[in-house]
Amino acid sequence: MDTQIEPRTAGGEEIHTEEIMVNMGPQHPSTHGVLRAVLTLDGERITGVDCDIGYLHRCFEKVSEKLTYPQIIPYTDRADYLGGMTNELAFVLTVEQALGIEVPRRAQFIRVIMSELQRIHSHLIWFGTFGLDLGATTPFLYSFRDREVISDFFEEVSGARMMYNYMRVGGVRNDITAAWVEKVREFLRRFPAYLQEYDDLLTGNPILKARTRGIGRIDAATAIAYGASGPVLRASGVAYDLRKNDPYLVYDELSFEVATATEGDVLARYRVRLKEMRESARLVQQALEGLPEGDFLGKAPRIIKLPPGHYYGHVEGPRGEVGCYIVSDGDRRPYRLHWRAPSFVHLQLLPIMAKGHFMGDMVAIIGSIDIVMGEVDR
Amino acid sequence: MAVIQMGSFGDNTPVIPGVVTTSLRRVINWSRKSSLWYMLFGIACCAIEMMATGAARHDFDRFGMIFRASPRQSDLMIVAGTVNEKMADVIRTLYAQMAEPRYVLAMGACATNGGPYHDLYNVVDGVDRVVPVDIYVPGCPPRPEALLHAVLRLQERIMQEGMGRTA
Repeated sequence: MDTQIEPRTAGGEEIHTEEIMVNMGPQHPSTHGVLRAVLTLDGERITGVDCDIGYLHRCFEKVSEKLTYPQIIPYTDRADYLGGMTNELAFVLTVEQALGIEVPRRAQFIRVIMSELQRIHSHLIWFGTFGLDLGATTPFLYSFRDREVISDFFEEVSGARMMYNYMRVGGVRNDITAAWVEKVREFLRRFPAYLQEYDDLLTGNPILKARTRGIGRIDAATAIAYGASGPVLRASGVAYDLRKNDPYLVYDELSFEVATATEGDVLARYRVRLKEMRESARLVQQALEGLPEGDFLGKAPRIIKLPPGHYYGHVEGPRGEVGCYIVSDGDRRPYRLHWRAPSFVHLQLLPIMAKGHFMGDMVAIIGSIDIVMGEVDR
Repeated sequence: MAVIQMGSFGDNTPVIPGVVTTSLRRVINWSRKSSLWYMLFGIACCAIEMMATGAARHDFDRFGMIFRASPRQSDLMIVAGTVNEKMADVIRTLYAQMAEPRYVLAMGACATNGGPYHDLYNVVDGVDRVVPVDIYVPGCPPRPEALLHAVLRLQERIMQEGMGRTA
């Protein structure tokens, strides 16, 4: 990748200064957790980034080998703690696929509603913290105001604001009530006005544009080569979305657009996420309208044992493709569980995105890939 | 000159308008508890609830809690998340960088005793094995209300302190 910034010259010759190394993190307000990045600087320009991860490694994959399949579900919540519902979904879908379990239609619709609310929930946090990273404090207060409403919805159905433990093999734990549906409808009626508010607060802001346009650019070929997915890939012009390309649940019956942008820079990723919130709200609306009557929890064996073999299931999480790879030897516990975390994959792109930019752009770039360290280190 | 009317610093001393009667100890404690700046330092999931506590609905600011990005400016370290072996040294350093008097709040099950990750190969079973902890908050993650309650309890404790506290 070429750098976008022109080198400084004097008398036709490039100016360089002595390279210095600057440590960023793990305690840093803008590294979104405990990422440590060692920057090599030529003056103000970044010439290299080394990511030091592992400050939140808490043995999720290893502990899964000691737990039965239903016991793993709460741990998947904590892997990517901003995408609990989609993480649980990736896990239970893999187990259901391995056992060939049919999930009732109502449960599938409920899962779609929860996944899309989770996407809005996660993008709202991203919106707020991205604003904070760039020095705008107000969007954070607004986005958390709306996030609290969605947290209340989740709390009502699952009993928890963040760690839901809501998906079950064969369905979901609790049914949703008519009153709950009405509350969500009410929220969705107000949501377009909220999005307009975010646009007014931040999107048109000249400082935001100056700090994000042309920063951290990656092209489609690089993004694909590095295995990017989700908003990072879509912002580079690739309309790849697992909900369209490998539909699960009832996504093929619902209509939505895959949000894309072509520039591949920080601003493009910003736009993609804002558009995704709109599309997710549409999806929730459709799923609420089409919600059929019936069971919310289908028949599943009391003791879950996967036949020996390898299984992989994936869903489109808020950050990209969340994958669950299970190796089973026929026991009640997985022999090995691997978690494909989109943040981990995207973190590899950080040195490429940051190279050649100013040190101050680093926080914008980290914010734009929306990493969750719990998922990176697992 | 304006009439200074100070409250009774949380105890039941009668207030006489225009007259301040107190001890130096209480003034110091009162000012300490009323500007308990916390370090902006989220480790894991609990950090999101800590952010939610700081945001509009729960509003940490009304208790004098303002986040600071630097340990040198903060009085309270909220350990919000799982501490592992690699992180333990960093926490020790950050604690050493904080100016006295300093307080540590272990937020959530992980920081209290390892929580769901208790006894795993890389997890420190509770941040109290690394730094002294003043107050523990149960929950996984604790609700913002729980965190607020813990902070109020900590403020009560600060009011009870003598002049000699150094750490």
